[in-house]
Amino acid sequence: MATHPRPLSPHLQIYKPQLTTVLSILHRVTGVALCAAALGLVWGLLSLALGRDEFEHFRACANSLPGKLLTAIFVFCLVYHLLNGIRHLGWDTGWGLDLKRAYATGWLLVALAPALTALSLWWIW
Amino acid sequence: MSEFRTELKQVRGLGSAHEGTHHWWMQRITAVALVPLSIWFVFFLEAIRGVDYLAVRYAIGQPMTAALMLAYVCAVLHHAYLGVQVVIEDYVHERVAEVGLLIATRLLFVLAALTATVSILRLVFLAADPQ
Repeated sequence: MATHPRPLSPHLQIYKPQLTTVLSILHRVTGVALCAAALGLVWGLLSLALGRDEFEHFRACANSLPGKLLTAIFVFCLVYHLLNGIRHLGWDTGWGLDLKRAYATGWLLVALAPALTALSLWWIW
Repeated sequence: MSEFRTELKQVRGLGSAHEGTHHWWMQRITAVALVPLSIWFVFFLEAIRGVDYLAVRYAIGQPMTAALMLAYVCAVLHHAYLGVQVVIEDYVHERVAEVGLLIATRLLFVLAALTATVSILRLVFLAADPQ
């Protein structure tokens, strides 16, 4: 076992946040949030199967102020994760990994995610 | 770069996790499925906006809608588990807590998938035979 103190790489807060790194960690954050959204979807389907009272209770929860706030957050997470997921699938094929394209698609994501979130919310509410 | 290991040696055992590219590949398969399914789901939400309970129940109970909803929920939960698994493996360094969390989340997501499946099937049967 090596006992010599070895140099550590700088801690995360040393680095200047860059577009690519911020978008990358946001993919994870939105993904974890969407796990909760998925369980909410299961709750909705279960309430439909249980009966009218249970479904109306679910709908009342979803239409309450905290429910609407949560829905808005979940829709943003879905739109963001979906758009960035398409970026990821592009990278998997080898497309868009160069700095120029990584930044271009990154800024496109920054512009599209809030716009499509607003559009979706306006549409489903 | 010189490589002295044979191709057979490299492929045997399927790497340190012993499952090769299975995790990565399933994550991509579910991701590709979720692109159209998520868009369909938002359209579906718009279609049932403000609709009465029985009408929503009947809508999801239609064979094609039920199949798409089943595909969506199962792909979502599978994809979600694969993602959360990596997050746990990356950030939980205490081995007992890591394995415990992996087991707990897996059981939770499997239970959620079964609950959704049984619920959707119930809507299908209710729609086929309205009281």
